[in-house]
Amino acid sequence: MLRLSLRRRRQLLPWLFLGPGLLWLIVFFAIPLVNQLNVSLQSGDAETGYSFTWNFSVYTDAISDYSTQFLRSIGYAATATILCLIIGFPLAYFTAFKAGKYKNLILLLIILPFFVSYVLRTVAWQLILSDNGWVVERLRDVGLVSEDGRLLATRTAVIAGITYNFLPFMVLPLYVSLEKMDRRLIEAATDLYASRTTAFRRVTLPLALPGIFAGSLLTFIPACGDFINAALLGTPRQYMIGNVIQSKFINILDYPTAAALSFILMTFILVGIFIYARLLGTQNLTEAAF
Amino acid sequence: MQSRSDKVRSWGLAIWSVLALLYLFIPIFIVVLFSFNDNQGRFNFTWQGFTLNHWAHPFADPDLASALKNSLVIALISTLIAVALGTFMALALVRYSFRGRGVVDLMVFLPLASPEVVLGAALLALFLTAAVNTGFVTIIIAHVMFTVSYVVVTVKARLEGMDRHIEEAAMDLGATEWATFRKITLPMIAPGVAAAALLAAAISIDDYVITSFNAGQTQTFPLFIFGATRQGVPPEVNVLASGLLIVVLVLMGLNVMLQRRLAAREMRRETVDELSQTPLAPARA
Repeated sequence: MLRLSLRRRRQLLPWLFLGPGLLWLIVFFAIPLVNQLNVSLQSGDAETGYSFTWNFSVYTDAISDYSTQFLRSIGYAATATILCLIIGFPLAYFTAFKAGKYKNLILLLIILPFFVSYVLRTVAWQLILSDNGWVVERLRDVGLVSEDGRLLATRTAVIAGITYNFLPFMVLPLYVSLEKMDRRLIEAATDLYASRTTAFRRVTLPLALPGIFAGSLLTFIPACGDFINAALLGTPRQYMIGNVIQSKFINILDYPTAAALSFILMTFILVGIFIYARLLGTQNLTEAAF
Repeated sequence: MQSRSDKVRSWGLAIWSVLALLYLFIPIFIVVLFSFNDNQGRFNFTWQGFTLNHWAHPFADPDLASALKNSLVIALISTLIAVALGTFMALALVRYSFRGRGVVDLMVFLPLASPEVVLGAALLALFLTAAVNTGFVTIIIAHVMFTVSYVVVTVKARLEGMDRHIEEAAMDLGATEWATFRKITLPMIAPGVAAAALLAAAISIDDYVITSFNAGQTQTFPLFIFGATRQGVPPEVNVLASGLLIVVLVLMGLNVMLQRRLAAREMRRETVDELSQTPLAPARA
């Protein structure tokens, strides 16, 4: 056996443990992110191949051509995140404080959708919202949808789909932060003559803030890049930036534009996370999220 | 003493929660229901009558069967790799202090915080640059890349909650580092590792976005479903998805029962211990 001083071994061991996993992440995560920049600056076409040319115009073109889809992605994702918060906060609150012995059952119910394929759940929404479906017909009866109006292939359908698919990502971190809260603090507040509303606003809400932040990020980030909901529940008029990246890469083989768009999206998200990490610290973020 | 407005508030909260849970459940209900639909033609969109036919022949479509098989094999292999890599990373992060851990933390955290479309597109761009053909192997590479962080986070949580004194006691009693790891550390983090493996497998089986970029000609279960949406998703898909759900539910039920039984045994043992420690109780053999 190799004889090394204990100190040396203590220094080497962690890197031995980290090595393989870290290498995998560097080669297949970090390098690809940087490589995107390289691919995006190439020019040429799908037939003759691409070569590197410092073709920065791809970025200005990408931004001017696809700013609609970018802004739409951010808008849809932000709307869905707010809806998830509105739907999810009471559910998380109920589960943490009022559910009693049913707490674990409700948590199970919240994660259960994960065990049915994401694509298939979205296909199910397609069926539910379809033009001759029960829901649309009832809504027509009460006049909420006009005679030839539809739910499928609208902005509403896409946002509802995104909200649905990412709701558990919002509820779980909210639940975690509410659950570990010291409930005597609320009692103390009400004992000191704070009204229920004031106690909620001044005690519960600030303590749930890490959960709100983590849940919002976990909802907003994947929602921003999502293209399944727009593809299955919308039309090209609802397409998000994910749809553009996917079709450029897979169907049109316009790699530079696709890489540029993906690079812009990642930069936007990274800048957002770093601003956020500065405010709270990365450690807090991962802790609140899991 | 509860005021009227308090009562209204707590009823409102309960009703809202039930509605939110229903929202989560409607599509699942539809998926299961339409696995029993006696659909005519390709589309399985309107209810046409009850049948058990699809349940009798879930693998009637050979393409679907091979897609599901691919998904399961990919999930198995990528989970094994991700769990091996991730568990050791978690051990290093919790057990050792070293320089550069901030960078490592960031490398683990960033894949979790990146949109899947970026992960998939960036990896495909790498394979294109390196002239690697995409297919079965590249799917596994991709799945390991984005599940390993989940493994690290899950195992780390378990390690952080573990009492280090037990390991120190083993080493004080002369166990080597390796023996301590094998006999003490590994059994104690086993539940965390198992949870991480389940999570990684579930994410791998369900992934559409990243796989769609790196699949080449290989079909997986989610790719098959997405591809089938244009011609109508066959009801066998609903059968397989419902079957998977039932398996998960049964496993969870068994787990709960096992935990209860263990807890009950623990409680009995504690009571016996307490009784035997009272001076009046007869000494135990």
